[in-house]
Amino acid sequence: MAEASDPGTRASAGGWPRWLRLPPVLGMVLALMAIWYVAVVPMNVKEVLTAAERAGVEVSPPSAVDRRDMGNWALVFRNTHALGNSWSSDRPKLPAPHQVLVELYDSTIDEELNGRRGIVRSGTLSNRSLVYHALVTLNATFLGFLIGALLGAGLAVGIVHSRVMDMSVMPWAIVSQTIPIVALAPMIIVVLYSIGVQGLIPKAVISAYLSFFPVVVGMVKGLRSPDAMQMDLMRTYSASTASVLTKLRLPSSIPYLFASLKIAIAASLVGAIVGELPVQKGGLGARMLAGSYYGQTAQIWAALLVAATLAALLVYAIAALERRTLRRMGMMP
Amino acid sequence: MLSDEEITNWPEAETATAAPVIRADHLDLTFQTNDGPVHALKDVSLDIAKGSFVSFIGPSGCGKTTFLRCIAALEHPTGGSLTVNGMTPDEARRARAYGYVFQAAGLYPWRTIGRNIALPLEIMGYSRAEQAERVARVLELVELSGFEKKFPWQLSGGMQQRASIARALAFDADILLMDEPFGALDEIVRDRLNEELLKLWDKTEKTIGFVTHSIPEAVYLSTHIVVMSPRPGRITDVIESPLPKERPLDIRDTPEFIEIAHRVREGLRAGYEE
Repeated sequence: MAEASDPGTRASAGGWPRWLRLPPVLGMVLALMAIWYVAVVPMNVKEVLTAAERAGVEVSPPSAVDRRDMGNWALVFRNTHALGNSWSSDRPKLPAPHQVLVELYDSTIDEELNGRRGIVRSGTLSNRSLVYHALVTLNATFLGFLIGALLGAGLAVGIVHSRVMDMSVMPWAIVSQTIPIVALAPMIIVVLYSIGVQGLIPKAVISAYLSFFPVVVGMVKGLRSPDAMQMDLMRTYSASTASVLTKLRLPSSIPYLFASLKIAIAASLVGAIVGELPVQKGGLGARMLAGSYYGQTAQIWAALLVAATLAALLVYAIAALERRTLRRMGMMP
Repeated sequence: MLSDEEITNWPEAETATAAPVIRADHLDLTFQTNDGPVHALKDVSLDIAKGSFVSFIGPSGCGKTTFLRCIAALEHPTGGSLTVNGMTPDEARRARAYGYVFQAAGLYPWRTIGRNIALPLEIMGYSRAEQAERVARVLELVELSGFEKKFPWQLSGGMQQRASIARALAFDADILLMDEPFGALDEIVRDRLNEELLKLWDKTEKTIGFVTHSIPEAVYLSTHIVVMSPRPGRITDVIESPLPKERPLDIRDTPEFIEIAHRVREGLRAGYEE
């Protein structure tokens, strides 16, 4: 008898030990931080010089009007003595990383623990905290993702089985993604509002609009991935279309599906945030827009950071689910 | 569904009946391609008797695989007639008349060996208990008992191909159609599988149609060797093997074996020179 191949040899092909991956990541983060801190100086130089002038420091040129027409770098090099507040100005165009982190701390942990409306004092999440707004956004993201994934999978099954659907649905699915979502989102909200739907649903619809497409494309590819031989084998069993779908096409499509879901969940988050921009009723999108109305750039950056972290966590969660599923299916050692 | 009696009697199918299981009469098949029509089969007439082991040999493009696919209703002839168990190939397929083994094992990577073999049984609606019983039986037949819970990637190529043969045997088809099943395997594994296939054929008394490129393989396995030639695909010779049913591997060194191999080679050459 031929011997079974050793399963161990397959598992070890995974690359570096975990701790060795850390230095490059940390190095990258440090480099980005350094670039950021450097960029803060020219970005905020005009405001910093104005404040310094008021405080009695001599700046050059002395007239604010003259300074307005000068390049930022030129001002930086002419006034190196007066730039002390670059990283701590009140209303910076570009806040320094530590200012963003302080804002992040203030609007999450500090607000909930010590704020009047925080969870410790009031028993509910404060509507001024990013935790609350992140959960609002997450709600719409999940609902939209669910609708988008189911819709996408359903359309893909239809497209694979019906030539008419293949010819009619696919071009529209592609066209739908060429319309900029920021242009479409307010219309979706207005139209749905006019028929009495508001709140969570319109945001979820925008999320679904963005997330169904990668699922359609990935699933169509996956459902069509069985080769001619595997389809012939099914024919020799006189298998029904339903059998071919459940026993061959769907299992074959799982790896493709997960690749699509990772894109779809990130797109869902973007959709939810875009859906929150026109309606100032909570969510990370609303926070970002409010921050830009009131010149609170640190607030925008903090909300951005939370959104990015959420996206990373969501994609990571899908990847973990993928690993578990493929391992259970025996398609991964 | 099949009655219990038929299932228990399965290994001792009757062999003596003279009526051919597969009968091709002036079969023609022309593919319409962009470069004009391709004559894949021309005027192919052949009777395959129950319990015989028929090999189809010939160069690429001679239509041997196409003929096998016609029997399996995977291709549809454009002329002539073809019956399987007295039915059209389509009806025969619906009556589960044959199992088909492809060149690649084609096992589903997400199913264990046992569940791969149960696949046709699930599709055909066998009960869970019967699925388990049949899977165990065919695994023993191909000497893979104990590998039921393994996944395909844990098995060697030869073992995977044996599992795919087991899958074709799992339901009670009288006919086994094999399209170069050992073509991708090395010669040592191929020899052993050839020997096992003969034992299996002896035990189950199935009718086997076997496509191959290899002259020794065809001569070693078959009761009948069908020599085919290309453009258009047609039969040039049908050789009935005088070799005994009991065939140890070293029968390949006997003068009879060498003589048949020679005749096959002559047939192939004649097909080329025409």
